Amino acid sequence: MKTVKELEDLARKVRINALRGIHAAQSGHPGGSLSIADILVPLYFNIMNIDPDNPNMKNRDRFVLSKGHACPALYATLAERGYFPPEDLLTFRKIGSKLQGHPSMKMCPGIDMSTGSLGQGFSAAVGMAIAAMINKNPGYIYVITGDGELQEGIIWEAAMSASKNKLDNLIAVVDWNNLQIDGIVDNVKKVAPIDKKFEAFGWKTIMCDGHNIPEILNAFEEAKSIKGYPVVIVAKTHKGQGVSFMKDAAGWHGKAPNDEQFEAALKELEGDI
Amino acid sequence: MADVKKKIATRDAYGQFLVEYGEERESLIAMSADLSGSNKTDGFEKAFPDRFIQAGISEQDMFAEAAGIAHMGNVVAASTFAMFAAGRAYEIIRNSIAYTKANVKVCATHGGITVGEDGASHQTFEDLALMRVIPNMTVINPADAVSTKILLRELFETKGPAYVRLGRSGVPVIYDEDADIRIGKANIVREGSDAVVIATGLMVSEAMDAAEILSKEGINIRILDMHTIKPIDKEAVIQSAKDCKAVVTAEEHSIIGGLGGAVAETLACNYPCKMAMVGQKDTFGESGKPAELLKKYGMTADDIVEAVKSLI
Repeated sequence: MKTVKELEDLARKVRINALRGIHAAQSGHPGGSLSIADILVPLYFNIMNIDPDNPNMKNRDRFVLSKGHACPALYATLAERGYFPPEDLLTFRKIGSKLQGHPSMKMCPGIDMSTGSLGQGFSAAVGMAIAAMINKNPGYIYVITGDGELQEGIIWEAAMSASKNKLDNLIAVVDWNNLQIDGIVDNVKKVAPIDKKFEAFGWKTIMCDGHNIPEILNAFEEAKSIKGYPVVIVAKTHKGQGVSFMKDAAGWHGKAPNDEQFEAALKELEGDI
Repeated sequence: MADVKKKIATRDAYGQFLVEYGEERESLIAMSADLSGSNKTDGFEKAFPDRFIQAGISEQDMFAEAAGIAHMGNVVAASTFAMFAAGRAYEIIRNSIAYTKANVKVCATHGGITVGEDGASHQTFEDLALMRVIPNMTVINPADAVSTKILLRELFETKGPAYVRLGRSGVPVIYDEDADIRIGKANIVREGSDAVVIATGLMVSEAMDAAEILSKEGINIRILDMHTIKPIDKEAVIQSAKDCKAVVTAEEHSIIGGLGGAVAETLACNYPCKMAMVGQKDTFGESGKPAELLKKYGMTADDIVEAVKSLI
């Protein structure tokens, strides 16, 4: 278990290493990676029952990054947690690397589901939670989706399955940064009100500040205490959080920083540690 | 060969298999996107209610969930009509099932034109082509009830993604229960050397009827049951082409990209020879009785006879 201060420092490290990989590849998705760093770190260090030395441990908790394009943050978190050496992050998106542009469970240890095509990871996580119930596997299934991703119809098909099957072993997080490639989510195709939509689909919802680690830890603990319902944590986040010129800018969804921008971003992030 | 008068739909054989196999294998989970009575998962539902997942009218969700379930250590049989499996859920089957090598068997019923009265929206002639082109997929299309059960057993005993096409209408039983039928190995159901008809699914029994007609005219055809569309039995295709010099493919599927395509690819690269294809000719179907539709769209014994004669 890490202290809040340790988790905050780790989240900064994850941001730095995620950007390092994207910069080395000159390709990838910085905005959405920075917006989920403060969710992934508490999850992987304090919440989930996992063993980096035994990534396929039978009754482990599982994690699905349904917004697979944000994998630089996931890879950096897995590296900090000891699944593979942080140097490997520099192979991101390069030929022969286990760190594919979108996560591949067959190539990278610690990845519980291959994702990239939006919506499918969420639905697969529902399937995992159903199987865990049938198999009497005590593990929890965690899944992070983007808010723009909620425009995919499969999300709502799966949301109905989850409540129908009373999946209280399923905890979803919506990374509510309100930006997608073509602009503001609610202008592109309105998904708000996210909490009321999930409630109407039979879920329990928890709202939290997605960059406030104590709030995030509390939200996960509260989610685990709810029985008989799947739970969604709607985490208010900022795309590009931690780097002033990337923050809340849709243009940084899928663009790698050049050398100068990368140095400027590092200076901001490292200044905090 | 068994009594050819007995007709059983391959979907019924699938339903029986699920119940039998469910007894043996506790990790088997069956799913249906509504339609449980039609796709024959209802027997499993009754026998093992705790291991049956009703996904509702959400084919895409069903197949992505199936991938998740499989990655928890289960084997999954997920069923809906072939149109909505291979068609509607195509990209989910590709990315969440095949790419991840999930142990999901896509058991698609109501393939082809013999869906009948439901008409064009429910008749798929593209499924074998769509599924065949996806890496990691095994694709089978059994000819009768007996081979369905034998092939399903081997398929479910082998880890990995697979697509099985099953039919709505009754088809003659052509195999004995102890027949030697293996995935990836074509069965010679009739010997002959004037031409070879490589058939799949219900077209195998049409080919057998064609053989009777042709034999009266002194033409002896070989018939291969190509129940496995992928991996195609290249050796059997090439050997039969060498022995018979003329090759006819017969499928209840588009002549583009399915069995005909797979055989043509094999022969073009290894042993080019005269070829004709019997199947749906790049057009949609319509409502009607299965037998009427097979006749109108050119997928009967008579069409096979004509194709054979065009080559020799």
